[in-house]
Amino acid sequence: MANSAIKIAPAATLGLMIAALILGSAAMLAWNADDWALNPADWAALRFTVMQAVLSAGVSTVLAIPVARALFRRRFFGRDSLIKLMAAPFVLPVVVAVLGLLAVFGRAGPLNGALAALGLPPFSIFGLHGIIVAHVFLNLPLATRMILHGWHAIPAERFRLAALLGLPQTTQFWHLERPMLRAILPGVFSVIFLICLTSFAIALTLGGGPKATTIELAIYQSLRFEFDLGRAALLAALQFALCAMITLASLWVTVPTAFGAGAGQDLGIPSPLGWRLWVDAAAISLSAVFLLAPLGAVFLTGVGNLSELPAQVWPAAVRSVSIAVASALIASIAALILAQSAARHRSGWFDLAAMLPLSASSLVLGTGLFLAIRPFANPETLSVLVTIVVNAALTVPFLFRLILPEALQLHADYGRLVQTLGLGARTELRFITLPRLARPLGYGAGLAAALSMGDLGVIALFAGDQGATLPLVVQRLMGAYRMQDAAAAALVLVTISFSLFWVFDQIGQRNAAS
Amino acid sequence: MKITLLAAGLIAFATSAKADAPILTVLTYDSFASEWGPGPQIEKGFEAGCACDLQFLTAGDGAAVLARVQLEGASSQVDVVVGLDTNLTAAATETNLFAPTGLTVANTLPTPFADANFLPFDWGYFAFVYDKTKLATPPKSFEELAASDLKIIIQDPRSSTPGLGLVMWIKAAYGDRAPDIWAALADNIVTVTPGWSEAYGMFLAGESDMVLSYTTSPAYHLIAESDDTKAAAAFSEGHYMQVEVAGKLASTDQSALADAFLAYLTGDAAQTILITTNWMYPATTPAAGMPKGFENLTVPTKSILLSATEAESGRAKAIEEWQTALSK
Repeated sequence: MANSAIKIAPAATLGLMIAALILGSAAMLAWNADDWALNPADWAALRFTVMQAVLSAGVSTVLAIPVARALFRRRFFGRDSLIKLMAAPFVLPVVVAVLGLLAVFGRAGPLNGALAALGLPPFSIFGLHGIIVAHVFLNLPLATRMILHGWHAIPAERFRLAALLGLPQTTQFWHLERPMLRAILPGVFSVIFLICLTSFAIALTLGGGPKATTIELAIYQSLRFEFDLGRAALLAALQFALCAMITLASLWVTVPTAFGAGAGQDLGIPSPLGWRLWVDAAAISLSAVFLLAPLGAVFLTGVGNLSELPAQVWPAAVRSVSIAVASALIASIAALILAQSAARHRSGWFDLAAMLPLSASSLVLGTGLFLAIRPFANPETLSVLVTIVVNAALTVPFLFRLILPEALQLHADYGRLVQTLGLGARTELRFITLPRLARPLGYGAGLAAALSMGDLGVIALFAGDQGATLPLVVQRLMGAYRMQDAAAAALVLVTISFSLFWVFDQIGQRNAAS
Repeated sequence: MKITLLAAGLIAFATSAKADAPILTVLTYDSFASEWGPGPQIEKGFEAGCACDLQFLTAGDGAAVLARVQLEGASSQVDVVVGLDTNLTAAATETNLFAPTGLTVANTLPTPFADANFLPFDWGYFAFVYDKTKLATPPKSFEELAASDLKIIIQDPRSSTPGLGLVMWIKAAYGDRAPDIWAALADNIVTVTPGWSEAYGMFLAGESDMVLSYTTSPAYHLIAESDDTKAAAAFSEGHYMQVEVAGKLASTDQSALADAFLAYLTGDAAQTILITTNWMYPATTPAAGMPKGFENLTVPTKSILLSATEAESGRAKAIEEWQTALSK
């Protein structure tokens, strides 16, 4: 009994700390919002936030269907690499994506060159179009992987049977594939919708003024442009309410898996020839070009300037790596403790605590902390600490989801054994828990570190002249139109992000029991 | 490579030698402190006679500079603020964070300006700048611009003094019709940038036909780059003026040094530097006169400038009208 009390204490404390951070921020916002009336521009920001998220999620989901289907039924050289590569945009720093998209879709880029040659009007990457293009760029691969998973989950025998019966493609689609899509698409849509709902960095760099302002961006503007604390608090409270509502609503939808096996062995699925082959080839090559061209542009522009990196890049890189490692470690430990307790005690409270940060966003927590800190200290001096806390809190839900299934399994397999042997908490952690959860822990910590490394959110709110992180330096260079320097710094950022992911993932794999 | 190392060593040496000298921290907008702006020369000129270390901090464009001052409050390490304008001086005074300069400097401004807390250091007329080789017949008024399909880049009035100047310009010229003008201009605006640097950079990269800047901007291209393709469009409504000012924070621990800097900034040497680095008219025409090239610039036949109190009383409403019209 005493043992169980010891085990529950850290998890309960942790849960309370998360609740204090999230609900405390929300209370701080409610306290500081001086006026609860939204002006027309606030309504416009709310409408725009929801509209761009619906469009981004819709376009990503719809475009992912033909791409996933083509990847499912075709086997070609580089297929596995392409599918692996599609996991990358999830951890790709947003500023790097924007830089690449500007190079390809900007006025001086190849797309507008081609449009001009054809006598067509130019495409503008700024405003709603640009924001949607960027969101689709970042989320199409995620959607494709989730839908591809769905396709692989259909038993191959059914496809063979359909072929044996000589069912036409349309009938096969109707009876085998349509039910799968119906089951999986709402989840795909809702995941991307939630991601786009808190979009800040993309709206900051590609927004075209009041017409294309998300609530996150409006929070930033109220604080950094107007220093209107009451308005920032009101907008942050609005964002909190919106996220909380959508998170609650999306609990009804099953979230499909995007990570894990996806390469797929050759199942001998019949792949139709004729025009369908051409459609599949087009879907695969267009999506590959869309994903690779912007990254290629950043690489080509940046690699030549690596020797002349601006001086502020290195201190910013050191700061970013410290933030990334610290927040990844904190988030992993927190998620592990909560997942273990959730598995052991079957209490919904731990799930709730772990999922609570989903209802907040980077700028919502940032504004809450800003308001809490300012009476006592200059918020700029605490920018690194605040960024670590916010990034850690925001990655906990998603690490928790990765670890929980394995923690449940572990408890089912070893729970009794541990009890029978009367192992102490430390022994259990060292010999039972860590070796068996090393894989998801390493993988999750890697994702968290890469996400935190590339994050441009709360730091924009807090950082002064000094104290910038690497993504903020890239954004500032981009703002000053020093595109070559920005690309070179972006290249450093991407390399560090992916290396961090790789290192953590390797640590997990090396220490895993079998 | 060796030269870089040597230079780095020398800088390190120079910095350590100055370690005991008092530090004067000047908060300003991005382009002022940039390597091609007035910052480096002003720093060199002032440090030559002050036995001090002048350090620039930046915070985006001019209006964001004021937000930064408010954010840091009385705990700020900043001593001097450079780059607010007369549309913001009343708001800045209301924060009680600024101290009287104790200086009176005669100036040659076309409209008189006097404020206990702020000294003017340069001025100019806002205007839309374009490329003559790409645009043969520029619009002659806001209404013509709105009716055209020309693409323009403007700045956010909440963070940028040119952006705010444009809002005040349209408000002063059109009064109650200002929201209609903004609504008509909405489809001409490619994007709204947080500051002047971003907007001008995007214009030069070819992202728009025109950009909100100053009638004096073409002088930069003419004098520094021997390029006479840039011009400022003359608008029949008249052109809104900007008077840029500097002030001292009440929380400064370097009050005497701050006064010395303000005196230097408004003196002959700095005024001469500002003309061809900030590309504005000097607050006091230097003894040597204006450089060649400035005589060819567009000079508005009619100039507009709201007083600091008028600007402050109308600012919030004008910005809200702008925001509402552009968010539709």
